[in-house]
Amino acid sequence: MSVESELLLTPEHRFAKIIEQTRNEDGSELSILNLGPTHPATHGIFQNILLMDGERIVDAEPTIGYIHRAFEKIAENRPFYQINVLTDRMNYCSSPINNMAWWMTVEKLLNIEVPKRAQYLRVIVMELARITDHLICNSILGVDTGAYTGFLYVFQFREKVYEIYEEICGARLTTNMGRIGGFEREWSEEAFRKLNVFLEEFPVAWKEFENLFERNRIFIDRTVDVGPISAEKAMQYGFTGPNLRAAGIDYDVRKAAPYSSYDDFEFDVPVGKSGDTYDRFCVRNAEVWESLRIIRQALDKLPEGPIHADVPDYYLPPKEDVYTNMEALIYHFKIVMGEVPVPIDQIYHAVEGGNGELGFYLISDGSRTPYRLKMRRPCYIYYQAYTEMIKGGMLSDAIVILSSLNVIAGELDA
Amino acid sequence: MALETTYIQEKLSSKFGNKVLNFEMQRDIFSFEATSDIIHEVIKTLKEDESLNFHFLTDLAGIHFPDNDDEHQFSVVYQLHNWIENVRIRVRTYLPENPEIQTITDLFLCSNWMEREAWDFYGINFIGHPQLKRILNMDEMVSHPMRKEFPLEDSGRTDKDDRFFGRTVANK
Repeated sequence: MSVESELLLTPEHRFAKIIEQTRNEDGSELSILNLGPTHPATHGIFQNILLMDGERIVDAEPTIGYIHRAFEKIAENRPFYQINVLTDRMNYCSSPINNMAWWMTVEKLLNIEVPKRAQYLRVIVMELARITDHLICNSILGVDTGAYTGFLYVFQFREKVYEIYEEICGARLTTNMGRIGGFEREWSEEAFRKLNVFLEEFPVAWKEFENLFERNRIFIDRTVDVGPISAEKAMQYGFTGPNLRAAGIDYDVRKAAPYSSYDDFEFDVPVGKSGDTYDRFCVRNAEVWESLRIIRQALDKLPEGPIHADVPDYYLPPKEDVYTNMEALIYHFKIVMGEVPVPIDQIYHAVEGGNGELGFYLISDGSRTPYRLKMRRPCYIYYQAYTEMIKGGMLSDAIVILSSLNVIAGELDA
Repeated sequence: MALETTYIQEKLSSKFGNKVLNFEMQRDIFSFEATSDIIHEVIKTLKEDESLNFHFLTDLAGIHFPDNDDEHQFSVVYQLHNWIENVRIRVRTYLPENPEIQTITDLFLCSNWMEREAWDFYGINFIGHPQLKRILNMDEMVSHPMRKEFPLEDSGRTDKDDRFFGRTVANK
């Protein structure tokens, strides 16, 4: 008998035995509920098998890997400049952060100093991405508590950010933005104009969004003291980002190990107290304001200068140069054919992603592809705490907890 | 006073002798090697010693080195972080064929899924792990696909001619 058919014959889950052995005093019994894999409330493809006592969750078992793409395996077979397209698709709510994190890792390996202007522009685009990430997370949390309006209201601003991305790189969702050493081309005037319009209009809407939820009786009832996690536990579970800061620890990679000129800007790290769903919501709200603050500073202080580092050995030249300039054509060929040397080294580079510390551990053996690329995906690391967070709670709480953790299936499974 | 790398080295060397070795700065991260039989103790010391206080496990990665000698076929790399002093450290240990190593799930809860991932992709057996089963790949799979002997694509594919895609036997 094949393995598959054996599995089909014995479909019982380990919870089945527990149900068989447990009987409540009133004669009722426990039951299994599949939350997902494709359920609107999971916002992604992953399954939670719940053991339920009425509406109360007794135990849970998460199953992930439904959209696993073998990111690391593919990356180990591709040259550095081709790996960028793989990073877009992880946390697709904030792809530019993944893009920039990858380029910065490569630049660290190759000892490339990026010009100040490119660094500032990277900061702007990363903070825009953080805003969209938090915007989606918080507005979807609103939807999960029954408030659809807030989501529709702020969602238009994600579209506006996408239009800015479009001006910068031509793509909206899977941005594939940047190059080794900076950007491909100078940002257009239209990009800056759209950015300024966004900076004018968005804060008004965000303030209203905050007012809609932060003192809303129903929202508070659904989120305060729901899925709390202590600072100690959060650290044990490897939490970073807003989920950790909601528990009261002010760890932020932008402050702890500033990259891309983050130390040039003034911003605060918002922290919560109890680490419950409401705190996670508020921390994200506050971070959006800080991101706006950073973008304004970066725009005010934006230096003149080149848009990319002068490293022709690694920087893929723009297409118009390749078609018209012999030097550019030669460099293009050299890079694509993998003729340029790469140092043998081990690098770990981390950035503050939308969800927390996003890190790349890269081992280079001198060839054009990484020997080993391990990615620290914040979602993957803290999703394992979900089981503990929902145990003993109601089913409806499990939905909002999942939402407030901001688990993105693309990043979880990679 | 900031946590000095020489202090970390002295502290560990005095406790574990020559079982901790090859201390070096790998770019901005201080790293060293520990033998696999004491790795649990080393991580425990790094975490619980008050003067070291590496209380946060950033990452755990498995690596395959098929070209190494028999005793160094696999590696597990731990990256730890002391937030108070803001110091990162990297500990690596090498394992032979049929790799086995003690779990650190009793020290860091987050290592649970990281170790399951290393088992799934590299077949590294973490002894004492509470639920060592595949996590991202399907349960019925028999191989550990991140090992270097497994090529990226199914080599039996006949629906395309590799010559037209720039692929050779070497880079497949």
